[in-house]
Amino acid sequence: MTTLQELPQVRGVKNIPLQEGFTSGHRTCQGCESALTMRLMIKAAGPRTIVVGSTGCMYVANTTYYSTPWVVPWMHTQLGSSGSAATGTAAGLASMMRKGKMKDEPINVIAFCGDGGGVDMGLAGISAALQHDEYNLLILCYDNESYANTDIQVSGSSPWGANSTFSPPGKVHRIMNRRWKKNTAPMLAAGHPSCRYVATACASYGLDFTNKVRRALTIGGPTFIHVIDPCPKGWDYDPKYSHELGMLAVETGLWVQYEIADGELILSGPSRAIGNGVRHRKPVREYLQRQGRFAHLTEEDLEFFQGRVDDSWEKWWIPGIVPFSPPAGDGA
Amino acid sequence: MTTTIEDQMFMTESEELISGSEAVAIACALADVDVITAYPIRPYDTVMQYVSKLKADGAFDCDFIVAESEHSQFEIVKHASSVGARTFCGSSGVGWFYAFEAIAVTAGLRLPVVAMVGNRALDDPGAFGVEHNDAMAVRDLGWMLYWVATAQEALDMALMAWKIAEDSRAFLPFALSCDGSFLTHSQAIVNVPTQEQVRRFLPDYDRGRLQLHPDNPITVAPQVNEDWLMEIRRQSDEAMHRTPAVIKEVYEEFKQVFGRGDPSPFLEEYMTDDDPDIILMGMGTLSLPVRVAIRRMREQGKKVGFVRLKFFRPFATEEVQEALGNCKAVAVVDRDYSFGSPSFGGVLFNEVRSALYPLEKRPHVVNFIAGLGGREVRVRDVEEMVEITQKAIDTGKIDRECNWIGVRE
Ligand SMILES: Cc1ncc(C[n+]2csc(CCOP(=O)(O)OP(=O)(O)O)c2C)c(N)n1
Ligand code: SF4
Ligand SMILES: [Mg+2]
Repeated sequence: MTTLQELPQVRGVKNIPLQEGFTSGHRTCQGCESALTMRLMIKAAGPRTIVVGSTGCMYVANTTYYSTPWVVPWMHTQLGSSGSAATGTAAGLASMMRKGKMKDEPINVIAFCGDGGGVDMGLAGISAALQHDEYNLLILCYDNESYANTDIQVSGSSPWGANSTFSPPGKVHRIMNRRWKKNTAPMLAAGHPSCRYVATACASYGLDFTNKVRRALTIGGPTFIHVIDPCPKGWDYDPKYSHELGMLAVETGLWVQYEIADGELILSGPSRAIGNGVRHRKPVREYLQRQGRFAHLTEEDLEFFQGRVDDSWEKWWIPGIVPFSPPAGDGA
Repeated sequence: MTTTIEDQMFMTESEELISGSEAVAIACALADVDVITAYPIRPYDTVMQYVSKLKADGAFDCDFIVAESEHSQFEIVKHASSVGARTFCGSSGVGWFYAFEAIAVTAGLRLPVVAMVGNRALDDPGAFGVEHNDAMAVRDLGWMLYWVATAQEALDMALMAWKIAEDSRAFLPFALSCDGSFLTHSQAIVNVPTQEQVRRFLPDYDRGRLQLHPDNPITVAPQVNEDWLMEIRRQSDEAMHRTPAVIKEVYEEFKQVFGRGDPSPFLEEYMTDDDPDIILMGMGTLSLPVRVAIRRMREQGKKVGFVRLKFFRPFATEEVQEALGNCKAVAVVDRDYSFGSPSFGGVLFNEVRSALYPLEKRPHVVNFIAGLGGREVRVRDVEEMVEITQKAIDTGKIDRECNWIGVRE
């Protein structure tokens, strides 16, 4: 196992490093929250980091020949390959450092993927990567809730009912996407008992996200962070509201923020206040009705949506996270 | 695998009775490969069984990763190679196809991964036996592609493969094609060199200014679109143009250090010195029955020879022209198919025929599809091929350009 960097937790926004690792040169849409996720991610990790990114907006729109925004070494990987890319990069470094073919020093390895690349296509590869305790690596899934780069198509991480170019509301079928969003982070945490760190985050809570990236990179072994990224193009809203929509996703209880470190679950930010009962969830419609992708939802649809979210907080074993109930007591 | 090899950790030269797969596994240890990825599929996977045993016994220090699919298998070594690690992986049949996306980009990125293809039929319907269509599928992508005939050649060529692929003039991946069963599982006496000899021959892999590392913060494979893709493809083309010279150089060095090898790295000629009327051409382990048949036919006074093509990519056009240009007819034996291709012939046939086209005096080129799915190519099958080819010479015309041999009608 290679050595780990010392990346202390950051106390206060003003202490977030000023050094940029992701600068000008990218061509993402105005208000693209995924671009902010990239920027914060590499600020947290620092310059001694190798980043590998799978196909998607954060490759195609981000990384143009002769105008790369990456100050750190960066390499493209295939759409479903974030897990294997992280494993391969880390294994190459580990093997050569162990054999004395390369200077032994801590180098962060981060592979990112979109929801299409991570939650759908690359899930098996990510799962395999999380089993290799001997490699230090972080897989970060930036979730804009669609295959955005190919013109906004539904993925397994798109919300129920969302309008996309593969799920357009029509004259006969109003709701074309009838799948409920996958519960990815808990699935990976529960499925990989030796993985020491799984977290969810949102760039609207920049400090929290920064510290989670640092936690993931310093705890040891393979780790996973799932980030929700409002996407003005895909979600259909004015780009100036990205930050606000990220907050609303959390405040309505739709997106739950937490970290699972060495088996301990800790809710963070507003999710923690909601979980503790000190704060009420905002109605889901406050979030949904701000976005064009839900413009076709009827009153009935909104109530159905609210009902599902209520259930997740009221009926699930661990509210918002584990979607089943504990075994019934022995009634006999 | 005899225990002596592990005990002595390749300190002394030895002779071992081993299979082709075992020979390649030993080459991995001798070459001090850094990252190896495995996924089970017959027949290639025997190589990984031997690699894992070598590692378990402490005879070989490498990161050996059992991937969850062939796609990941090839992606992992691709990325390990990008940070400067020496790599090896492989597959067979549909497994090779499952990895195809990764296989394609490995060549596009000019990463010198070495892979073994244990040639196998593409299911469905299920079949374990050898066919060359799996490996052939990469022929246009920038992989060097070599067909092995013996276990000794498997070991020797594997050692050369890293040296050729990792030469910065090439920086292209290298596939070692080994006929399923006939090579992967058949044992032969193999001369195993020492670690010291190999160290003298094979330098460390140096990715140079293309190494992905914080000290060298480059961006690899940014989006280029129509602005630059053509120039980048041209660079790959130029790299492939440079490979014959690299191959010749490495082959000569190998012969000097290890004292064995053929006159040419590209072709192996058998009984062609007297300009025979008919030359058979094929790849891989096919050479065994063909040689026996030729010996028999020679006894009967038939002037027949054989050319085994070793490198399918780069295709040694001039050498092939020289070797085949003086005969009356060439019989190309394909252990593959290419449905709907020119003359409905095999892949090798159409390549050879096209290589001979510029010659002023062209021999007849007749095609035989044989040994698919691991069916044995018998001596009498080879004799039948020669008979059909002789008819073309006698009548001055080819009745049927592509003939399936040994197939139930
Ligand atoms: C194997 C493969 N299939 C399809 C594509 C086409 N493709 C390119 S980007 C992309 C969208 C990926 O979606 P996601 O991972 O969510 O990233 P986003 O574009 O949303 O940022 C797709 C489908 C591809 N590049 N590779
Ligand atoms: S489509 Fe969405 S994710 Fe892609 S660049 Fe635009 S805002 Fe960002
Ligand atoms: Mg997406």
